[in-house]
Amino acid sequence: MKFLCIDCDSQMQFEERQVPGDGTFAAAFRCPSCNRAIALLANPMETQLVGSLGVKIGGRTLDEQPLELVRSTVIGRDDAFEDAPTAQASNRPRWSLDARERLERVPSFVRGMVKKIYTDYAAEHGIAEITPDVMDVARTELGLEGM
Amino acid sequence: MGPLSFRTYHEVAGEDRSQLGEQVSAQRERVSARMRLVTHVIAVMSGKGGVGKSYVTAGMALALARRGYRVGVLDADLASPTVARMLDASGPLRIDSDGAHPARARIARRMEGQVTDPSSNIPSSAAPVVFSSDLLLADGAPLRWKEPGTEQFVWRSVLETGALREFLSDVVWGVLDVLLIDLPPGTDKLGDLAQLVPNLAGAIAVTIPTEESRRSVERAMRSAASAGVTLLGVIENMSGYECGGCGRIDRLFEGQAGAALTAEFGVPLLAALPFRALDSSQPPALDEAMLVGVLSSITTPASPAP
Repeated sequence: MKFLCIDCDSQMQFEERQVPGDGTFAAAFRCPSCNRAIALLANPMETQLVGSLGVKIGGRTLDEQPLELVRSTVIGRDDAFEDAPTAQASNRPRWSLDARERLERVPSFVRGMVKKIYTDYAAEHGIAEITPDVMDVARTELGLEGM
Repeated sequence: MGPLSFRTYHEVAGEDRSQLGEQVSAQRERVSARMRLVTHVIAVMSGKGGVGKSYVTAGMALALARRGYRVGVLDADLASPTVARMLDASGPLRIDSDGAHPARARIARRMEGQVTDPSSNIPSSAAPVVFSSDLLLADGAPLRWKEPGTEQFVWRSVLETGALREFLSDVVWGVLDVLLIDLPPGTDKLGDLAQLVPNLAGAIAVTIPTEESRRSVERAMRSAASAGVTLLGVIENMSGYECGGCGRIDRLFEGQAGAALTAEFGVPLLAALPFRALDSSQPPALDEAMLVGVLSSITTPASPAP
């Protein structure tokens, strides 16, 4: 999908995306010539349809996780998976108590994958401690609604 | 402002940040990469439900494993998975950055006369590896997808195909001689599979003797042929009833669907399996003739059906 500024005949550049709620996918684009900005709002059904393909609107910001589509969409049993323990490197981010409690509320069917996503996000951004605020920002940036 | 004159998508030179086409291509490449380690990918299909397709799949897996083949079984019947239970495979499944590791069939070790320990899931190199939605769902729970809860009919089949794709690409199948894919009844999933798996060796059709089954399986086989899938042969299940006492085989159903389908499509009848009263302590076992037939079919595949 490309957005063209009609007045300038220029392709508009992606600025940011958000998942503001109720399944809506939002993305902002700006014309590099005249600076005009527009927002794309995809309704939940359109978002779901594209998401059903296992692809990410706006492009992937992190590698696809094993069984990502299945773990994100199927209501599965809590003890389906044993996540392999990850080596605790000294530069890996810590989890604050609040963040841990929030993570515990994620269904265990998908918890391991969610934990890895947030941990990788924090590590890549040089964040030493994962807090609920960090999770909120990552969730928005990565388009992780429901996680 | 007068009428607009749009350029085409490709005429606008800038990149498409979503790159959905590239994402889909990457998914397919992941399937290909995983399947490259599998010598023979074989679908087990039937147009009709209730013909014992999963039972036959489990039996084939064990028969091949007994002969030293490295065997995997993928239960592609997401909504009604049974083959994992038949092979006594259970979770939890280990998952790491490489993917989800399949369960091991424990029933195979019973076949080998080894000590049975139902609580143990120690890998045995001889036992088939298994992946099934049965390992992911709570006992007795139906397959359910998350929100949105409305208009699910629009996207459910897309999700199911996506799940099948991930079962192929994200399960650590490792190096296998044979991967058996137990398809749900019907004809559509085989077409999806043929597009997902470039090295699909072919499909084995399972029928029971009845005319109704013949008609249903005939449609499935024609569908397979039109999708370019090689038909490897037919297995007729419930081909008579074997007395548990004297071993005599009597007729169970009217009809000769197995013979009719093999004649029509020019493929071998890999086995005619009588219905047996099962001893629950025994695994489903297939006879030597069938094993030879299956081995023959994967080493010298039949010509594509008409």
